[in-house]
Amino acid sequence: MDFILQPWPWYVAGPIIALIMFLLFYFGERFGVSSNLETFCAIGGAGKFTDYFKIDWKQNKWNLMFVAGAITGGFIASTWLTTSNVVAINPQTVKDLANIGIENAGATYMPKEIFSISTMLTLKGFLILLVAGLMVGFGARWAGGCTSGHAITGLSNLELPSLISVIGFFIGGLIMTWYILPLLF
Amino acid sequence: MKNIKFFLVGILFGIVMSKAEIISWYRIYEMFKFQSFHMYGIIGSAVLIGMVSMFLFRKKVVKTFEGKEIHVPPKKKGLYRNLLGGILFGLGWALAGACPGPMFVLLGKGVVSILVVIFGATLGAFLYGLFKDKIPH
Repeated sequence: MDFILQPWPWYVAGPIIALIMFLLFYFGERFGVSSNLETFCAIGGAGKFTDYFKIDWKQNKWNLMFVAGAITGGFIASTWLTTSNVVAINPQTVKDLANIGIENAGATYMPKEIFSISTMLTLKGFLILLVAGLMVGFGARWAGGCTSGHAITGLSNLELPSLISVIGFFIGGLIMTWYILPLLF
Repeated sequence: MKNIKFFLVGILFGIVMSKAEIISWYRIYEMFKFQSFHMYGIIGSAVLIGMVSMFLFRKKVVKTFEGKEIHVPPKKKGLYRNLLGGILFGLGWALAGACPGPMFVLLGKGVVSILVVIFGATLGAFLYGLFKDKIPH
């Protein structure tokens, strides 16, 4: 039991993610979380604005169930399977973050400078969260997939479009981390 | 109730994302600073084992639980789509510290502010649908 309560190492997590992808295909579907964003749009009536969302979203119910499970799993893990919220990141990372204005990095899962309720209720804080989401959602649908669809499924299947997308993920991620984040806080 | 199995797989996904700290903003920052092997080990080992799955699907050694052949749908091709869409996604991934899966796991963890990110991501998908004919693919 103690092993479950400790943070899980990469060599446990990676194979479990591969198992999840395997199970989804074995059950006749696929591994792709960002498609649900389009399903949300379709359910919300986006088909009135563009034919792109005139889809039979009921066919994607299985993926909505996967999302409901992910939320539930997050609740189960944080409520019963985690004894400490400390994330043991590299001490150098902690120093780098302090230098750009993010204090106590790793003391909890998320930096309060971005995710605390009081930050969310400021205009700047709200816009950071909103714009981050906008880029993820727009980018994932433009690229045709996110980390699950491209980085895990697509690379496993030796798909060139996925390799190009993952290179794009890293170009964007490196620009944000090295050049934009230091200006924000 | 045939979808209950997807709910259960989702629970496993939520637990592994939480327990391996993949949902932590700091792990994503650390990855893009190349200061830890953790995320690379996770993605790398998942892809290596995933390749074996794909091989078994392609060789029809493994079929679905209903006995149907497994076809992995090919990804849409297009340099602009993949590269520009990918770069935009990466900018958001590093800022939010979460890609679409972990966003929902964080909601289950009780991170209320992630709702703004999820709303933004849904709005982003909607805007893509509106403007997709006006941007390069």
